[in-house]
Amino acid sequence: MLLIRCPYCEAERPELEFTYAGEAHIARPAEPSKLTDEQWRDYLFIRSNPRGIHFERWRHQHGCARFFNAVRDTVTDKFVMTYKAGLPRPSLSELENARS
Amino acid sequence: MLHQHHPLVGREIAVNTAVPLVIRPAADTARFSLRIDPAELAKASEVFGLQLPAKIGGLSRSAEKRAVCLGPDEWYLTAPLTEQAAVEGAFAELYAEVIHSLVDVGHREVGIEIEGSDSVLALQSAVPFDVGAMPVGSGCRTIFDRAQIILLRETQHRFHIEVWRSFADHVWGILQAAGREIELGI
Repeated sequence: MLLIRCPYCEAERPELEFTYAGEAHIARPAEPSKLTDEQWRDYLFIRSNPRGIHFERWRHQHGCARFFNAVRDTVTDKFVMTYKAGLPRPSLSELENARS
Repeated sequence: MLHQHHPLVGREIAVNTAVPLVIRPAADTARFSLRIDPAELAKASEVFGLQLPAKIGGLSRSAEKRAVCLGPDEWYLTAPLTEQAAVEGAFAELYAEVIHSLVDVGHREVGIEIEGSDSVLALQSAVPFDVGAMPVGSGCRTIFDRAQIILLRETQHRFHIEVWRSFADHVWGILQAAGREIELGI
């Protein structure tokens, strides 16, 4: 079973308690009415889908019920680190530290 | 064919004569879901008459009241049915000072008590995390075979489950099966 560390509960919990909630750090445009159709489409549907490090949102639904962000490697399916929602994207050196 | 025999296989030294496993429905209580700014926790504790735990997973108990911290700003409170009106009234007064939400969820949940030296084993059959490693005096929301429960560890060998009444039958059935397996030593 995949164990995920919830940054709010500060504990490793089984994957069953969590739900995936898409890519992280996608800010809603401040003024949607000024966007072109293409820009709006990009905001709604176009995702990075990387091979390797992926920043994503998860929700600890059957625990503290909070959304948080996680860094997961899409190749190995291993979680590099998790951090609270609202915090900036961790830097490369922070990711390296978390991995080692 | 080579068989490996452990010299102590089949032997037992029974020191603990306590009951291995008792599962019973808990007496009905008043239950509340409290959402409040963590900075105002001291005031809420005063109103409830029990120090509310500040950390997620924390459980505090008095003789008849119980409070467990489920999320950063969420607490689950239980109190005797006779005190339901008093708790509601006290929090209603607090509302003038501190905005919060106190919801009566007493009708929604039922309690199950699991006691005995095999209680960890019985729970582990359906709870996906390491129940044995759960600290005594802690509680959390989790999954019990796909049904959401609140699991409290009150003492080393006593657990308490709070589950929605529509799931209660299912949880009870699983516990019954686990209890039967423990009884037969499977």
